[in-house]
Amino acid sequence: MASSSQPARNPAPKTADPSGGILLTAADVARVVDRMAHQLIERAASIDPRSATGGLSDLVLVGIPTRGAPLARRLAARIEAFSGTPVDVGTADITLYRDDLRLRGVRALEPTLLPDAGIDGRLVVLVDDVLFSGRSVRAALDALRDLGRPRSVQLAVLVDRGHRELPIRADFVGKNVPTSRSQQVKVRLAEIDGVDEVLVTEGAPGVREPREEEAR
Amino acid sequence: MTTYLIKGARPLGGDAADILVKDGRIASIGDSLTVPSAEMVDAAGLIALPGLVDLHTHLREPGREDAETVETGSRAAALGGFTAVHAMANTDPVADTAGVVEQVWRLGEQAGLVDVVPVGAVTVGLKGERLAELGAMADSAARVRVFSDDGHCVADPALMRRALEYVKAFDGVVAQHAEEPRLTVGAQMHEGDRSARLGLTGWPAAAEEAIIARDVLLAGHVGARLHVCHVSTAGSVELLRWAKSRGVQVTAEVTPHHLLLTDACAEGYDPVFKVNPPLRTDEDVAALRAGLADGTIDAVATDHAPHAVEDKESEWAQARPGMLGLEQALSVVVETMVETGLLDWPGVADRMSVRPAAIGRLSGHGRPIAPGEPANLLLLDPSSRAVVDPAALASRSRNSPYAGRELPGRVVATFLRGVPTVLDGKAVR
Amino acid sequence: MKRHLLEAADLDRADATLVLDTAAQIDQALAGREVKKLPTLRGRTVVNLFYEDSTRTRISFELAAKRLSADVINFSAKGSSVSKGESLKDTALTLEAMGSDAIVVRHSASGAPHRLAHWVRGSVVNAGDGTHEHPTQALLDAYTIRQRLGRLEGVRVAIVGDVLHSRVARSNVGLLHTLGAEVTVVAPPTLLPVGVGSWPVEVSYDLDAVLPKADVVMMLRVQAERMNASFFPSAREYSRRYGLDADRMAVLGDEAIVMHPGPMNRGMEIAAEVADSVRSTIVEQVGNGVSVRMAVLYLLLGGAPS
Repeated sequence: MASSSQPARNPAPKTADPSGGILLTAADVARVVDRMAHQLIERAASIDPRSATGGLSDLVLVGIPTRGAPLARRLAARIEAFSGTPVDVGTADITLYRDDLRLRGVRALEPTLLPDAGIDGRLVVLVDDVLFSGRSVRAALDALRDLGRPRSVQLAVLVDRGHRELPIRADFVGKNVPTSRSQQVKVRLAEIDGVDEVLVTEGAPGVREPREEEAR
Repeated sequence: MTTYLIKGARPLGGDAADILVKDGRIASIGDSLTVPSAEMVDAAGLIALPGLVDLHTHLREPGREDAETVETGSRAAALGGFTAVHAMANTDPVADTAGVVEQVWRLGEQAGLVDVVPVGAVTVGLKGERLAELGAMADSAARVRVFSDDGHCVADPALMRRALEYVKAFDGVVAQHAEEPRLTVGAQMHEGDRSARLGLTGWPAAAEEAIIARDVLLAGHVGARLHVCHVSTAGSVELLRWAKSRGVQVTAEVTPHHLLLTDACAEGYDPVFKVNPPLRTDEDVAALRAGLADGTIDAVATDHAPHAVEDKESEWAQARPGMLGLEQALSVVVETMVETGLLDWPGVADRMSVRPAAIGRLSGHGRPIAPGEPANLLLLDPSSRAVVDPAALASRSRNSPYAGRELPGRVVATFLRGVPTVLDGKAVR
Repeated sequence: MKRHLLEAADLDRADATLVLDTAAQIDQALAGREVKKLPTLRGRTVVNLFYEDSTRTRISFELAAKRLSADVINFSAKGSSVSKGESLKDTALTLEAMGSDAIVVRHSASGAPHRLAHWVRGSVVNAGDGTHEHPTQALLDAYTIRQRLGRLEGVRVAIVGDVLHSRVARSNVGLLHTLGAEVTVVAPPTLLPVGVGSWPVEVSYDLDAVLPKADVVMMLRVQAERMNASFFPSAREYSRRYGLDADRMAVLGDEAIVMHPGPMNRGMEIAAEVADSVRSTIVEQVGNGVSVRMAVLYLLLGGAPS
């Protein structure tokens, strides 16, 4: 990883080793998701130790589209498999809350779907695939404010690649990946991409600094 | 008076010859003339045509001197190769008295760039209610022979009949703006597929054709001369062909813009393309060209209609109709009639000079290029092509529908009775 | 998406579908929420430039812009003593100098929004121009049809009434055709434009023949002054031949819906019991108008300036 993150010192063609960019395989992704599910069960229990469901009835996993949404559903399924308790899942499209709309072309919206019980007074865990600048999370927090009043909000991400531009940190991290800004981290999930894997690729030479959306 | 020796011009597109212009007339025509005292005009490769005559010009003076004056319009005319223009009567005040037509005529004399021939209104104030003093205008210094309420139709059939009859007394002619007003209330553009889609009120071809049909019957009935302004539809051409075959004394004109442009120009709603009668369809354009080629349509007349910026830079419906024409008329005819093979150079001279002069009874214009004739001439470079820049026009207005369009032909020189009004493509003053 | 929305033809099928999908997502995102406001267009300025009275359209656009947190300026130019032609351009340049990002324009002259778009750098949204188009009305109509019937492809729509003078009809014909619906215009021949044969529609003079096959009946407003200009002999005859009453409604298919862009002439083109029936989408259309206009404003203003 160290050499591939410093392309200037690496004279090898980028296509020389196609497998070299794979950060997590399908098996890795499954293992990471399982670990995060366990962590979430523990966290829910610690917040409300007297709860009959181990706090899980208060938990709502809210995925940030596009890939945060299936990730949230997978986490919920694993939590249910481990604990026997179903967990509420939703999605919150944050496009209309972004602060960088003027910097990019207009984007199609994705669904915002919350569980019938809503989010008031509950433990909301935002789920996203990659944590980069933190701007998506900030937008998601703004969206949540308009959607209800949770007791607390936490953040779960599959990959934390650094380079935060805002004072935001994740509470649950699948994998920490030190990257250079010019690199791209691509999470691919079977529900959308037909395959589970996480890739690190070099940005094209001369390309402006990648923004978070492009890194996902 | 300076003597000019025009070297190597091709009269009516024929063989090159030298033309000696002296004392306002063509003194001689021949090969390799040498006249040491004469000023030489190099005309190698240029076509010599008789000075053009426009039957239909709006000079806007008096009343809208911000849009055009007799002087600026005269300059535009000279640059277009014209030596005579008929100034339409819809000024403010209306040219419906001897006083107003004489004023316009004198302004033309003072400008001295073309012969400005006033048109008299048919009815008082163009209101279509009672005849103006047609005889007084005919007898005035302006010697009016063409009468028109242009901009308005003489819609009342009885009044039209009387006008046709009355002007026979002084060999006048009524030039009808053929538009049945009840069929064109609020009309904005040609009624057809495009008006349906653009949501602009339609101006049906039938509104023009109905009046032409009526008027040729009236003219035939009373044995009077009728001239039809700005014919715009294929149906009108058919009606005129029929009337002429029956011996009716009818003549007709077509504008350069109706020979070139169609209602497709209304897409985008730029009012520079709003004109009355409106731009029509491809089929109409083809019929108009054919009618001009076979002589059913006698003349090209510009309907030069200058408008101030505020009257054109607006919503389509609020804009005034009309477009500039004097400076590009010959170029448009070259493009639509000559380069298409529909008309040769003698044909151009006939439709733009000889016949309009005859309709207006102008004895000194539309004459052959021959020794002894008045030296009303233009020299045209037919190989030149240029993109029209409205800002470069001599007209005081900018509403040219040809802006940005490349057109062939450049008027290099114009002579009015032996005096150059245009040399090297520039107005002499 | 193009920079302006001037007519239905500005939207190809993908763009039109994007608008409808975006409106649906916005609807869903705002459903049941206490705070019906999104920060999307914070700091953007939308001007409602209305040269014609139309309270319902202006309010709909105003609400749409405000729900997206745009600043809204209502500029009613009606009755201005300034010469109309000059004032449109001068007003446009003035509004632009003040920093407007979008101008929503309603004007009595067909094509006025086109001229405006020619003069300003910001986006222009046509909120109805003369007898030309009213594209957001067509979008909300398409949205309503899709919501009720679940599809637009192959839906048979009858547009009934004063097609000649209707900007709603023109926009709907264009948009519904783009979206795959089959449109029939029904009117007395006097109220159809001469060029209607070039439109992608069927033409009928017989409402009773069309109704049994229609999935959607869209009634157009008929203005009383048309009667005085001999477009038809009397209101009674018009109503009898082209009005939608309970008897005619009874021949409609089970799922068929009845639409009207409003304001209605009850008893003229539409009977009260039809307007108030379960088939009627007239109230939904109003609500959907806000969602669709939010979608349009978001899609025109939400991205990078082109």
